[in-house]
Amino acid sequence: MIELTNVHKRFGSNEVLKGITASVEKSEVVCIIGPSGSGKSTILRCINGLESYDSGDILVEGARVDNKAPSIVAIRTQVSMVFQRFNLFPHRTALENVVEGPIYVKKEPPAQALERGRALLAQVGLAEKADAHPGQLSGGQQQRVAIARALAMQPKAILFDEPTSALDPELVGEVLGVMRKLADDGMTMVVVTHEMGFARDVADRVLFIDGGVIVEQGAAKSVLNAPQHARTQDFLHRVLHPL
Amino acid sequence: MQNFLRDTVEFLPILLQGVWLTVVVTIGSLLLSTVLGLLWALMRVSGIRVLSGLSGGLINVIRGIPIIVLLFYLYFVMPDFGVALTALQASIIGLGIAYSAYQAENFRAGIEAIDKGQIEAAQTIGMGWWLTMRRVVLPQAVRIVLPPYGNVMIMMLKDSSQASTITVAELALQGKLIASSTFKNTSVFTLVALMYLTMSIPLILLVRHFENKANRK
Repeated sequence: MIELTNVHKRFGSNEVLKGITASVEKSEVVCIIGPSGSGKSTILRCINGLESYDSGDILVEGARVDNKAPSIVAIRTQVSMVFQRFNLFPHRTALENVVEGPIYVKKEPPAQALERGRALLAQVGLAEKADAHPGQLSGGQQQRVAIARALAMQPKAILFDEPTSALDPELVGEVLGVMRKLADDGMTMVVVTHEMGFARDVADRVLFIDGGVIVEQGAAKSVLNAPQHARTQDFLHRVLHPL
Repeated sequence: MQNFLRDTVEFLPILLQGVWLTVVVTIGSLLLSTVLGLLWALMRVSGIRVLSGLSGGLINVIRGIPIIVLLFYLYFVMPDFGVALTALQASIIGLGIAYSAYQAENFRAGIEAIDKGQIEAAQTIGMGWWLTMRRVVLPQAVRIVLPPYGNVMIMMLKDSSQASTITVAELALQGKLIASSTFKNTSVFTLVALMYLTMSIPLILLVRHFENKANRK
């Protein structure tokens, strides 16, 4: 449902994506791993048009992603995004954050959107926090609200940009738990992450990216347990055995 | 002191008529400057080069012309072009335009202070530019903008006295008229100053309230 063909992207003189070709099937969970600055987040940001790309093609359900074209709005309602720093709207409650898109973008009747919003908050374990503002929530709770906000758009896929990197270690589990449930329910997910345990257990496929190219990809277990490429081996060694 | 009290009783009713016009000019030009300032600021951050360039140019032109010249222009020059304004209209429009430049810069600073992640989050749930502004950016920018906005209100209250130069009989002009006919300069201008101060104090308290609220956030 998401297809990237020979995607190039440069920031000034720095080419961050050097011909990325990859695809994500429906209900597939794909984890993107790799060192910082390798272009992982840029791939996600190009898929839903937060960044433009210089050449190549990105298709979502057959529609070309072009962040200058009006069609980008329709694509964004199909492909939601969850950010490293949550980016909840601080002036609105958890529930208001969740129903903002359905009511103001999709024009759902408010009563219906609110009912579904409450159900989504319950789904991420935050039914009792509906009226709390983001400032009153922990990082893990905020990220779960952000996931509920993404789900409220009834997307066909969700992009996760290092969803647990800004969390205290003891809060990582609650967010990964919610993501694992989503994966079990058949949500198509692309996850940029440093959580190798999550990638191994939940992902169908793993892409290892370094220097703007896909160095290695394949079934999660084979890439993570028996990496073929020296750069993948080196990266995994440094992540899994930092000392 | 006794003289002052006697003068107060005598002149206060006339000066209060001036207060009414001062309030009308201040509120009128505050509203106009807010609307225009917001328009210039939105043009400036629209990302459309023609609009942001136009707005930037306008702001600089407005900032570079003294308020009093702007008032003279509207009141004395515009009739030559077939646009005759009353003194009150000219003063509200002139002050409104003059202050719109400062309001615009204030609003722009508030808008640009909003974290880019907020805008991206709005975009990823499919919001367009205007919806993002209305639902996400402006409600948050208001909190940042309010304390300086309060200061602009105080400055406008005082600068409304410039309307006296085009015959609007607001507080300063009423004071000047009484003083020049009675020669009681001390009493009259002390009264005028106290009346401006009295009107400013609630605004000063309002600014402090805004600042406390902004700091708590």
